[in-house]
Amino acid sequence: MAYLIEAKQLCRYYGKYRAVNDVSFSLAKGEILGFLGPNGAGKTTTMQMLSGNLAPSSGQIKINGFDLLDQPLMAKKSLGYLPDTPPLYKDLSVKEFLNYCAQLHGVAKNNMTQCINHSMERCGLTDVSQRLIDNLSKGYQQRVGIAQAILHNPDVIILDEPTVGLDPIQIKEIRTLIRELGQEHGVILSTHHLSEVQESCTHVQIIHQGQLVLNESIEGLNHSLNTGSLLVSTRLMPDTEVLLTIPGVNSVEPITDNKFIIHYCVSEDPCQQITETIITKGWGLQELSPIKKSLEDIFISLTHTSDS
Amino acid sequence: MNMINTIAIHEFKSLFLSPLAWTVLAILQAILAYIFLTQVETFNLIQPKLATIEGAPGLTDIVVIPLFSNAAIILLLVTPLLTMRLICEDRRNKTLSLLMSAPISSADIIIGKYLGSLGLLLILVVLITLMPLSLLVGCELDMGKLFSNLLALMLLVTAFTSTGLFMSTIAGHPTVAAMGTFGVLLLLWILDWTTSMNDQRSELLEYLSILRHFQNLQSGQLNTADISYFLLFTMTFLFLGISSLNKDRL
Repeated sequence: MAYLIEAKQLCRYYGKYRAVNDVSFSLAKGEILGFLGPNGAGKTTTMQMLSGNLAPSSGQIKINGFDLLDQPLMAKKSLGYLPDTPPLYKDLSVKEFLNYCAQLHGVAKNNMTQCINHSMERCGLTDVSQRLIDNLSKGYQQRVGIAQAILHNPDVIILDEPTVGLDPIQIKEIRTLIRELGQEHGVILSTHHLSEVQESCTHVQIIHQGQLVLNESIEGLNHSLNTGSLLVSTRLMPDTEVLLTIPGVNSVEPITDNKFIIHYCVSEDPCQQITETIITKGWGLQELSPIKKSLEDIFISLTHTSDS
Repeated sequence: MNMINTIAIHEFKSLFLSPLAWTVLAILQAILAYIFLTQVETFNLIQPKLATIEGAPGLTDIVVIPLFSNAAIILLLVTPLLTMRLICEDRRNKTLSLLMSAPISSADIIIGKYLGSLGLLLILVVLITLMPLSLLVGCELDMGKLFSNLLALMLLVTAFTSTGLFMSTIAGHPTVAAMGTFGVLLLLWILDWTTSMNDQRSELLEYLSILRHFQNLQSGQLNTADISYFLLFTMTFLFLGISSLNKDRL
């Protein structure tokens, strides 16, 4: 399968500081790649390199088969990019601005109005099309930024924190839009909202201190998470030693005297036995609920392990 | 070529979206009109004396040449203000990435922006030329000399704009760009002042001086050397601008 983006061993130095170190990945059509990382991890630098705004210190980027350094114009033709600050000419109206963007991306004249209207519709900008960008709220400005990135129907769409500054309803709309876009295009999006990745991405990458620490599909990720957790509360204080003897239980983490979290191995599923033990010992089971393991946990555990 | 047009037209239009272009046009026109009228008045006063002298300077020498010389000095002050925002502001507002991620080369960006802002300055030059042309109603002008003055001023603004654009590419702040442009242009303007003070002439300084070439053209001598000086000057700074924009990515 031909990849839309192929990045090989990207490195980027700012002076002596190494912002991105040996990052390689690829993106195919129909994939939505979530790029996660704490602040200063190198997300934006990587995005800037992919969009041709920054030259990598070493490494190679191919977009749609064209090398970004050797054939920049061909490569950039299939690229739509929303930087972390939306690039807007604030003294233009939304329509004028999108018109200029369409011209810059070489959209054919007879196709232009249709392209602009379509992208305004998708981003919910039709009502404000005549207003000056400067007078729009931050959320709307962000939407204009997204509209600009998808305007020319590029194969690769790179969105750097697309949902910043949006209200919850808009965030939901944008996520739906991203999922839609992901069906016909390749999308890369960076974020530090883990739920966003879980909701809208097919693949996830975690970058920490310039290095990729995880590169996995969402299903693969969920599959590989073999540990589960249970929140249990009882009327009387239980004996943790007894609980630990149950096969499959890895650890018991007390929160208060009668409330604790049990970490267990999913494949052995000791839930039933835990319940039975608590009842037969007469500790008085009051609550037992599974804790859904979120990306947050993986994120924290990954970034912490690579620290130490 | 298409992209250059697109960028140039956008740049030209956006100058007129802010009050800047209108202000510059209005103020310059007012000041130069005043200078023009003063020169016409002077000519009126000394005309009887001039009539008695053989080979005396004519209307064109007394009105047009001072008008264009003054216009050149005022443009030396104004061009940096018009060009300071070109790339600098794009970079500060983060809109440069819009151009950088679009399928456009750095040369297209620089030349497009250059032509856009040059458009305004050429309008200015044409408006200045209209003033002496209005004298045609009642007098005769040395059209050759007027043309060479027009050409001189046009070449001058092409050179000024290219310097301004380059400074705007390397500066982090518009005022720094304006100051830098003004400094470079003024230095090149006064470069051969010292040569007139002592007997030793420095060929190099004289060649580098903008003023010398400008005055040569103003006097009506169309020298290839002078014209190519301005063209080389412009191309050098445009080239420097393109390469420094390319360096931005590194």
